[in-house]
Amino acid sequence: MRGTRAAGLTRREKYDAAQRRRSLLIAATSTALVLAALIVFIPMAPGWEKVQSSFFNGAVLAKSFPKLLDAFLVNVMIFAWSAPLIALLGLAIALARDAKSPALFPLRLFGAAFTDIFRGVPVILTVYLIGFGIPGLGLPRPWNSPYIWGSLALILTYSAYVAEIFRSGIDSVHHSQRAAALSLGLSERQVMRDVVLPQAVRNVVPSQMNMLIALQKDVSLLSFIGPVEIFRQAGVFKSLLANFTPYVGAALIFLAVTIPATRYADYLMAKQSQARR
Amino acid sequence: MAKLALRGVVKRFGDATVCDGIDLDVDAGQMVCLIGASGAGKSTLLRCINLLEPIEDGEIRLDGEDISVPGLDPHPVRARIGMVFQNFNLFPHMTAIENAMLAPRRVHNKTRDDVRDEIEALFTRFGLADRMQNYPDQLSGGQQQRVAIVRALAMRPDVMLFDEITSALDPQLVGEVLDVLLALKAEGMTMLLATHEMGFAREAADKVCFLKDGKVIEEGPPAQLFDAPQHPETQRFLARAVK
Repeated sequence: MRGTRAAGLTRREKYDAAQRRRSLLIAATSTALVLAALIVFIPMAPGWEKVQSSFFNGAVLAKSFPKLLDAFLVNVMIFAWSAPLIALLGLAIALARDAKSPALFPLRLFGAAFTDIFRGVPVILTVYLIGFGIPGLGLPRPWNSPYIWGSLALILTYSAYVAEIFRSGIDSVHHSQRAAALSLGLSERQVMRDVVLPQAVRNVVPSQMNMLIALQKDVSLLSFIGPVEIFRQAGVFKSLLANFTPYVGAALIFLAVTIPATRYADYLMAKQSQARR
Repeated sequence: MAKLALRGVVKRFGDATVCDGIDLDVDAGQMVCLIGASGAGKSTLLRCINLLEPIEDGEIRLDGEDISVPGLDPHPVRARIGMVFQNFNLFPHMTAIENAMLAPRRVHNKTRDDVRDEIEALFTRFGLADRMQNYPDQLSGGQQQRVAIVRALAMRPDVMLFDEITSALDPQLVGEVLDVLLALKAEGMTMLLATHEMGFAREAADKVCFLKDGKVIEEGPPAQLFDAPQHPETQRFLARAVK
């Protein structure tokens, strides 16, 4: 046993353990202080009782919560049919923008125009224009449904972003992979399908997870053109009960979904950057 | 007739002339080594032969057929020429055996079952029998490079090109890859190598070409080129490289 070793620990290990205990103690103390300050000082604000009764009213929350959950199913539904279509359209646009053959130039142009337009317009505007504009053509049921056209607005907007992420993924695959695949006699299409895309898609999974989380929230924008999803439902309760607590309830329901999803995306991101090292 | 014949091959990148009128013959079953400093044009020449780069002037003939005609479909030509790269370039999302089966399946429309026996035999032959189901990042550099050679061989190429295939390897892994080249030479594969392994070139090559600034300065059997170089540039290069 060497001189620096005592009680089974090296002096470095002892030092590190002491440092860890110290950091933990400091973090715990400061967190406790901040929490205590919030609990003590916020209720001292002059409007606190009013805010408490109109935003954090337990009775209102209990009354509205089940219906809010039901309405959230509408969000989930719109999300569930939009997400796969976004993935497909996004990939198609990404591939169109990378098309090399001159015959496909119009496709490239279309892809570029598509991403420029739908990334350049606020989502809510697209929702309004498509959601009100197309049913305004006087289409017969069910083709005048705001569910269809609202979803389409989300699909178009998100496809534009998702396409750009796919494109960055395609660029992230090293050109030597292409050279290796071509040297074996594979055609450009086969190189893309068998070698480049599988790696590109894998590289952008974490970024696309973040798009899914954003989409889940933006489904609420459809409330402005009709569908009674959770945000709209909370608004109904607000008018009915003259209380804002249903909005807090809606926020809680969103967080219950988005926080785990965000954590998972972060986890994937961290795993990936570790694999790169 | 030479298996592979280059006549006056010129390759430019913008203003830089990387291959400046190269003539070269590789006969069937020969191993020819290209030596020269980095930037002499060795790698670019190999990429031109495999039609990964178009050439500006000259001709490249494979079995007498001009494969450098502008507008020629490059894919069937590449399928006849195997190439192995310095950095292996295995497909990281596929197992070793999937790497080797991809091109026969796609280019020759074979099924996995059609080619499995032949490819497994190649893996076994090069000491990789227990590595077939591994992904590239689970393999050592030497193993990855041997898988890359198997992947190229799986297409049953007429000619193999090797682009400094041991340069990215730890010194103790170089031998296992060079052994594969010796085995291929023994069975009569036609091979063109860009290499910095002077000892290997001297022992194994049928012909050695010294390149500088995109030109073949001197060529000949290894004994002659290494022991009695004629051109002062060759003498200067070898004096530095062999020490």
